[in-house]
Amino acid sequence: MTTSGGPLLVAALLLPLAAMLAAFVLGRAQAPRVVACALPVGLLLALAILADLLCSGEALVYLLGAWQPPLGIALRADGLSAAMLLTTTVVLGVVAWFAWGDFAQPANAPEARQPLMFWVLLPAVWLALNTVFLANDLFTLYVALELLTFAAVPLVCLEGRPETLRAALRYLLFALLGSVLYLLGAVLLYGVYGTLDIAQLSTRVHPGVATWAAAVLMTVGLLAKTALFPLHLWLPPAHAGAPAAASAMLSALVVKGSFFLVIRLWLDVLPGEMMLEAGQWLAGLGAAAILVGNLVALRQRRLKLLIAYSTVAQIGYLFLMFPLAAGLVGMGLSDAPAVTGGLLQAVSHATAKAAMFMAAGLIYSTLGHDRIEDLQGVAQQLPMTVLAFALGGVALVGLPPSGGFMAKWLLLSAALTTGQWWWAAVMVIGGLMTASYVFSVVVRTIVAVDPEKMPKMAVPRYREASVLALAIFSFLLGCVALLPFEVVQVGRLGSVLP
Amino acid sequence: MMAGLVLDGLLALLVLAVAAWTIGVCQTFAATVGFTVYGLLLAVVWMRLAAPDAALTEAAIGALTGVLLLRAAIQLAPSEAGLNRLRPALKLRLLAGTLAFAITATLAAVVFHLPEPAPTLVPQVTAQQASTGLGNAVTAVLLAFRAIDTLLEAVVLIFALVAVWSLAPDAAWGGIPGAQIKGGSGDVRAYLSRLLPPVGIVIAFYIFWVGADFPGGKFQAGTLLAAMGLLATMAGLIQPPPVASRGLRWALVLGTLVFLALGLAGMPLAGAFLAYPEGWAKPLILLIEAASMLSIGVTLGLLVIGYPAGQAEQ
Repeated sequence: MTTSGGPLLVAALLLPLAAMLAAFVLGRAQAPRVVACALPVGLLLALAILADLLCSGEALVYLLGAWQPPLGIALRADGLSAAMLLTTTVVLGVVAWFAWGDFAQPANAPEARQPLMFWVLLPAVWLALNTVFLANDLFTLYVALELLTFAAVPLVCLEGRPETLRAALRYLLFALLGSVLYLLGAVLLYGVYGTLDIAQLSTRVHPGVATWAAAVLMTVGLLAKTALFPLHLWLPPAHAGAPAAASAMLSALVVKGSFFLVIRLWLDVLPGEMMLEAGQWLAGLGAAAILVGNLVALRQRRLKLLIAYSTVAQIGYLFLMFPLAAGLVGMGLSDAPAVTGGLLQAVSHATAKAAMFMAAGLIYSTLGHDRIEDLQGVAQQLPMTVLAFALGGVALVGLPPSGGFMAKWLLLSAALTTGQWWWAAVMVIGGLMTASYVFSVVVRTIVAVDPEKMPKMAVPRYREASVLALAIFSFLLGCVALLPFEVVQVGRLGSVLP
Repeated sequence: MMAGLVLDGLLALLVLAVAAWTIGVCQTFAATVGFTVYGLLLAVVWMRLAAPDAALTEAAIGALTGVLLLRAAIQLAPSEAGLNRLRPALKLRLLAGTLAFAITATLAAVVFHLPEPAPTLVPQVTAQQASTGLGNAVTAVLLAFRAIDTLLEAVVLIFALVAVWSLAPDAAWGGIPGAQIKGGSGDVRAYLSRLLPPVGIVIAFYIFWVGADFPGGKFQAGTLLAAMGLLATMAGLIQPPPVASRGLRWALVLGTLVFLALGLAGMPLAGAFLAYPEGWAKPLILLIEAASMLSIGVTLGLLVIGYPAGQAEQ
C-alpha cells in the first residue's frame, strides 16, 4: 500500500529529472541556475523523507499507477535509502557550489560545450542515483544502472583529451559488461520466482542452483561497476583524469550506486544462509582491495592518482560488512552494528573523498601540477584547502570523531564479537597504510617556502570554503552515533531481528 | 509440427554459424555485416517464439546499429592493418573466450533447473488489461503497469545522445551535427530519398497507431522515422538543425515531457502518479506514444548522425 509519505518518493525522482530536462533544453547560462535551484529543494525533500521515516518507524512506499506488484512497480524508501538520498544531495550540492566558477558559460558568447555538459550530467547522476535508492523492482533498478552509466561515462572525458577518452571507453566496457551480467541474473530470478519486486522476492527466495547462479551473475556485474578488486582496473585512470568536480561525483557517489544494489541483493533479496557462505568471499575481495589499493596508492607520485587508488582501497572496506552481518545473525544477534558500519563507511567515504578530490583540484589549478614531491608551500597558499584535505584524510584513516572512525569501530567490534579477527587485522593494517600516505602528503604541503617563489594564481575563497565545509561535515560525521535512533534498521525487509 | 522443428533446428544452426563467423572473421567490415545478419536472424527467432513485438524491436535496433557499425567500420578501414597489431594477446583472448563460455554453460545448465511450468504474470496482465482498453498486452505492460520503466528508458536515450554530443570538439559545439553532405539532385540516392520517405512515414504512423491493439508501437515507429530522416539527410535533401537550437532540444524531450505531464495529472485525477482516469487510458496512452514516437525518431536519428565535428574534419 502507498504510505502517507509516498508522494515524497515520486517528487525525489521527478525533481532531478525535471532539472536535467530543463538544464538540457534551456542550456546556456540558465543550466547552472536550474541546478542551483533544484538542489536545495532536493535537500529539503531528502530531509522530509528521513523525518517521515523516523516518525512513522516504517518504510515509505508508493505504488506507481496504483498497480500492485508484481504486476506494477513500487517505490520504497527504508533507512538505507533515506541516508543515501541525503548524502547524495549534500555531496552534489557542495560539488555544484565548488564547480560554479569552473563551469560558467562565457558571457556574451555562444553556448560552450563543457559547461552545458557538466550542468546536464550533474542532475543526470542525481536522477540515476535517486532511482537506484528508491526503486524496488529488479528491472527498474537495471534501468537505473543504465542511467548511471550514461551519466557517469561522459564525465570522465569531459575535457576531451585522448587519454581521458581511452579511460572513458574502458569504463564504458566494464560498466556495460556489468549491466548485462546483472540483467541475466535478474531474468533468472524472474524465471524462478515469477516476480521482480524486491519485497516479494525477500519472502520467496530460497537457496538453489538457479538462485545461486543469479546471485553470482548479478554480484559479479555489480562488482565490475563498483570497481572492487580485481575488477578495479578501469577506476584509477577514469577518476584521476576527470575534472576535479567530476572526479568528486564519480568517486564519492557513482560507485556507491552499484554498491547499494549489492547491499539490496544480499541483505534484502537473498536469504541469510546464502550470505553466510558468500560473505567470506565478498570480504576476501574487499580485504585484497584494501591491501593492494593502499600499497599502490603509497607508490603514486601524482596526487589525483593517489586519491583514486585510495578509493580502490576504501571500496574494500564496504564489503567487510557482509560476513560480519551474517555472523551476527548466525549468533542470534541483531546485524545492526555491521550494517550501520557499512553504511557509515559509504557515507563517510563519499563526503571525505569528494572533499579530497576537490582539494586536489584546487592545488592543481594553483600550482599547474599535482606532483606530490613538489607540493611544498601549498599550505601557505591554500590553508583552507590543505586543512580540508587533512580532515578528509583523517576520515579515511578512521580517527575520532570522524564518520570513518565510527564505521571502523562498529565493523571492528562486530568482527571481534563474531570471532572473525582476521577482518579486524585487515582493517587495522589498512588504516596504518592510509595514515602513512595521507601524512606524507600533508607534511610536504606544510613545508614553508619563500613566498616570492610561490605561483600567484589565486583561488576564489568560496571554492576553498566549499571544500572545507564538506571535509568538516565528514570529520564530524561520527557524532551521528550520539543520535538516539538507528536509521538503517527502519523499514528493513525480512525478519533479520531476533 | 515436424516441419516446425526442422525449421527451428536449421534456424538455430544458422544463428550459431553466423555468430561464430562474426567472431572468427578478421576484417572489421565483414564482422559488422555478419553482426547485422545475426540481428535479423534473431528477429526471425523472436517470431518463431511468438513474440512479434520483440521481433520488430530487434529488427529496428539491428538495422540502426548495423548502420552505425558499418560507418565506423568504413572509417576504420584505412587504419585496419595498424589496429590489427594492437589486437589483445592470445592469453587475454583465451581468457575472454573462457569467461564467455563459462557464463553460457552456466546459463544452459540453469535452464534445466527452472520450475516447470514457468511462473508467469500473464493471467494477471490479461485480467487487468481490460481496464486500460488496450488490445496489445505488451503496450499495456509498457505504458500502464510498468510505465516508469518506459519513461526512464526514454530518458536513457536522451542521456545517450548527451554522451555522444559530449565528444564534440569545443570549437565545433553549437554547429550542425555530423558531416555535411552536398547531394546532387540527379543522384540515385536523391531519387530514393524522395520516393521512400512519404511511404516510410505513413508506415511509421501505421505501426504506432496499431501498437495499441496489435504488435507495433512508438519505438519501432520512431526507428522507421529516424531511418527516413537519415535517408533524406544522406542525400543532402535536408539538414539536421544545429545542436544549439532550442527547438531541436524541445523536440528531443517532447515525449518525456508529455509522459511526465500526463503522469502527474494522474495524481489528482486517478489517484496515483502514472495512473490514468477511468475510461481515458487508451486515448492518453496514444497521445504519449505519439509524442514519444517523434522524440525517439529525432533522438535515434541524431545518435546515428553523431556529434558536430566542425569543418576541419570533413
